[in-house]
Amino acid sequence: MAVKDYLRERFFPHMWCPGCGHGTVLNGLVHAIEKLGMSKNEIVMVSGIGCSSRISGYVDFHTMHTLHGRALAFATGIKLSKPELNVIVPMGDGDALAIGGNHFIHAARRNIAMTALVMNNRIYGMTGGQYSPLSGYGTIATTAPYTNIDQGFDVAALSMAAGATFVARTTVYHVHEVADLIQQAILHDGFSVVEVLSQCPTYFGRHNRLGGPVEMLQWFKDNTTRIGSKAAAENPELIQRGIFMQADKPEYCTEYDKIVEQAMAAAKA
Amino acid sequence: MAKRKLKEHHIQREWCKGCGICVAFCPKQVLEMDACDKAVAVRLEDCIACEMCALRCPDLAIRVDVEKA
Repeated sequence: MAVKDYLRERFFPHMWCPGCGHGTVLNGLVHAIEKLGMSKNEIVMVSGIGCSSRISGYVDFHTMHTLHGRALAFATGIKLSKPELNVIVPMGDGDALAIGGNHFIHAARRNIAMTALVMNNRIYGMTGGQYSPLSGYGTIATTAPYTNIDQGFDVAALSMAAGATFVARTTVYHVHEVADLIQQAILHDGFSVVEVLSQCPTYFGRHNRLGGPVEMLQWFKDNTTRIGSKAAAENPELIQRGIFMQADKPEYCTEYDKIVEQAMAAAKA
Repeated sequence: MAKRKLKEHHIQREWCKGCGICVAFCPKQVLEMDACDKAVAVRLEDCIACEMCALRCPDLAIRVDVEKA
């Protein structure tokens, strides 16, 4: 199937601002699905609220647009009732880690097979540029005009500590990596987290004087490096990209089925 | 590796929001913004069909067809 066949073209042009990185994440996602050769019927996309979560409206899979931060809870219900489906949960940084922080860590802890896609633009774009748990210390936001004094989360470290079994990070500048990591995350049997650094030129870029979308993409290029590269050893300030963790642990739905079997056997005995 | 050859470069003007990402990161400077702030491919003879414009386009407005060897 061509990439376009996975889109709901009637809703284009999409509602994201000019130069918003979320469109590039959508682009990478549909390329990943196309490379996997999946049928639209084997994929469910569950999203919450925010600019990023609007992504579910543009893809022609089974989609569900749910409550702010609760996408993973809805996705858990879907996966448990139909484990044969591939569940993808795109979330913004605030959606995933502020409002949905608890759902996020517990879904990771259970190691339920789904792909959590954290589209991290470091700000709440839809509501006007408030700081998020990923804005980071020293940044400017509508609600932090004198700089933000909150420290940011490290999504990769948090996910690993919470128990996710596939953890990766990339940026929208590195588009081949976006498609490749999403592919691997979908194929992984367990809770996968892919953090994609994305630009919000409208709020984060403007408040922090980072220039337009082109300059922000250039920033991703200049300030990130592959895990374990020479540049990373020389400059610890660089953000590392790649797969941080890929482990094999019992998957939740498989384990749940075993419990059902045991209970049925016990009831018969 | 066989050299990739461009078959067709297609820009859907109604979808393009004129962010300029494709123009800035094209390795061969094939693209430019026109008077309406929409991307146009002005030097197609230089295109190496790397598809980076199509992959990076946040508006999913670019499609690059590559000739099959």
